Amino acid sequence: MSDLTSAGAAIGGAPVAGDGPTTDAPGGSGKERSASLWADARRQLVRDPVFMIAFLYILVVGSMAAFPKLWTSQDPRNCDTARSRIAPSGEHPFGFDILGCDYYSHAIYGARPSMVIAIMATTAIVVFGGVLGLLAGYYGGWVDTIISRVMDIFFSLPFLLGAIVFLTVIKRQNVWTIAMVLFLLAWPTIARIIRGSVISSKDLDYVHAAKAVGARNGRIMFRHILPNAIAPMLVYATIVLGSFVAAEATLTFLGVGLQPPAQSWGIMISTHQVYFLEDPWLLLFPCGLLVGTVLSFILMGDALRDALDPKFR
Amino acid sequence: MGRYVIRRLLQFIPTVLGTMFLLHYITSLAIQFSGNPVRALFGDRTPPPALLEAITERLGYGDPCLDQRGNPCFGLFLDRLQNIFFHFDFGINLRQRDVTDLVADALPFTLKLLVIAIVFEAVVGIAAGVLAGLRGGSFTDYLVKISTVFVISVPIFVLGVVVREFVGVKFGNVLRGQEWIPDVISVGVFAPVFKQEYPLASLIIPGMVLGAVSLATTARLTRTSIMENIRADYVRTARAKGLTNKRVIGVHTLRNSLIPVITFLGVDIGAAMAGAVVTETIFNVPGIGRLVTFSARTGESSVVVGVVTMLVLVVLLANLLVDILYAVLDPRIRYE
Repeated sequence: MSDLTSAGAAIGGAPVAGDGPTTDAPGGSGKERSASLWADARRQLVRDPVFMIAFLYILVVGSMAAFPKLWTSQDPRNCDTARSRIAPSGEHPFGFDILGCDYYSHAIYGARPSMVIAIMATTAIVVFGGVLGLLAGYYGGWVDTIISRVMDIFFSLPFLLGAIVFLTVIKRQNVWTIAMVLFLLAWPTIARIIRGSVISSKDLDYVHAAKAVGARNGRIMFRHILPNAIAPMLVYATIVLGSFVAAEATLTFLGVGLQPPAQSWGIMISTHQVYFLEDPWLLLFPCGLLVGTVLSFILMGDALRDALDPKFR
Repeated sequence: MGRYVIRRLLQFIPTVLGTMFLLHYITSLAIQFSGNPVRALFGDRTPPPALLEAITERLGYGDPCLDQRGNPCFGLFLDRLQNIFFHFDFGINLRQRDVTDLVADALPFTLKLLVIAIVFEAVVGIAAGVLAGLRGGSFTDYLVKISTVFVISVPIFVLGVVVREFVGVKFGNVLRGQEWIPDVISVGVFAPVFKQEYPLASLIIPGMVLGAVSLATTARLTRTSIMENIRADYVRTARAKGLTNKRVIGVHTLRNSLIPVITFLGVDIGAAMAGAVVTETIFNVPGIGRLVTFSARTGESSVVVGVVTMLVLVVLLANLLVDILYAVLDPRIRYE
């Protein structure tokens, strides 16, 4: 459970995380207001209706994933084939699925695997890709050459194809293996982003100054250079959360992701796709939730990018 | 430019070897950690040991290094490279058919699908991008902007299923009920799934679904690039000379703006091949993508590995060609 509660916190923490590095982030913008980049960004984000709606939506989905009991008292595994495909009603707002299970509670419980996979994989790529990107950008030379070549190799393997191969061969298709394959195939992008912003900021005067007063490499990297890379990393991580949710559903739909006794939006869509014409709600509810989640993450990422880039002011 | 091409070719070799090793290592690790993939074929039943061993040997999973966790299995990798590059052998399926044969059967469908997808996304994407770029802030501009975000956030399989049911089944049924509509349209183009009788017509909608994903990116790229170029000095000069608007836009602006778009379309061939896995499964097109999904579902990992290896080689070649083409198109590119 612990990773789930932190899951909710990580989502909710996106704009709040701006408080942390306020002190050591360079106050890049707002000369006349003398506020830090993060404070400015937060002010702009709170005023942005698109961001707030997307953020609220993600909060709702995140709470479904963390505390499904809050949203439903039904058990998604309490099925009765006599109730197969009964239309939505007041008591059962999403109706019943083909096996006669309550569809609403399935949808609520289905949020968890998608969110857990997306958050685990994103955390992993941020940490691993971030460290490699930092090393490659900071040290340059042969370290950079090796890391960059390895990244090229990972880049040339199309994401979906690599994931299908891995999941077919490993046969254990659970939350862990899916998160692992997403991490494995997606870390180079974030490493490249970090590497770029490290290279662009490692020759700045204050870095030279820190070197001159005798700061060690680790301190320069983490205290002086990394804060510059946090903004693009945050933007990309938000967007990638959305694409991981979509990727999990796609893999499940293809039959190499989560398998039916589990609850997931991808399973809901792939099981009921043939009943679309008679009972369209069976498809519309999970598709709507899925698209809404992905869209919200992408819109949040876009809004964050605009808010964190001083050029857009 | 010659030097650039040679350098690019030399870089190509380690990338190919590296990617194939990555694929090999991922497969080996998965086998080392979860056991013999042949067992998956039998489901819950326990196969006779002799049969299990024979199939394992046959599919090339008999190597002892596949039992040692973390072992990169270099010997096996070299064998596989030899098979692929000297014998053009990508493995066999359970019925002893070569994967190359299977792919050869499926290839025409996938190629047609890809061509339809790329043409659709190029024509519609560039047209929408030009319209949006020429009038920033106009209705088309907003339409392109909103549809881009929307298309990006709808996973391709959701789009595919919804289009199949709404356009193929629902709208198609209405058309099929009308006497005066020719069969090519009602049964072919608006078929919910691929029809053998109309091999090209029934691929049009799947192709459009496949192209729709990158359509948005193409439009956005064209829009940005047109907006940049329209303010350039040479465009102003062309206008000052008194050239017609058509010529200024069509020849002077568009030509330069299309360079990044063409590069993207080239790289997109690779992404579209991966996307074809989803589209072909949804529309039941007997192409390479459906081959991959069906083999993955039945656990025939040898076919999946073989086909994906082949696809990866094609993607890498496509990327190489795009890079070289880029150097031809844009004389500023010089990697010295």
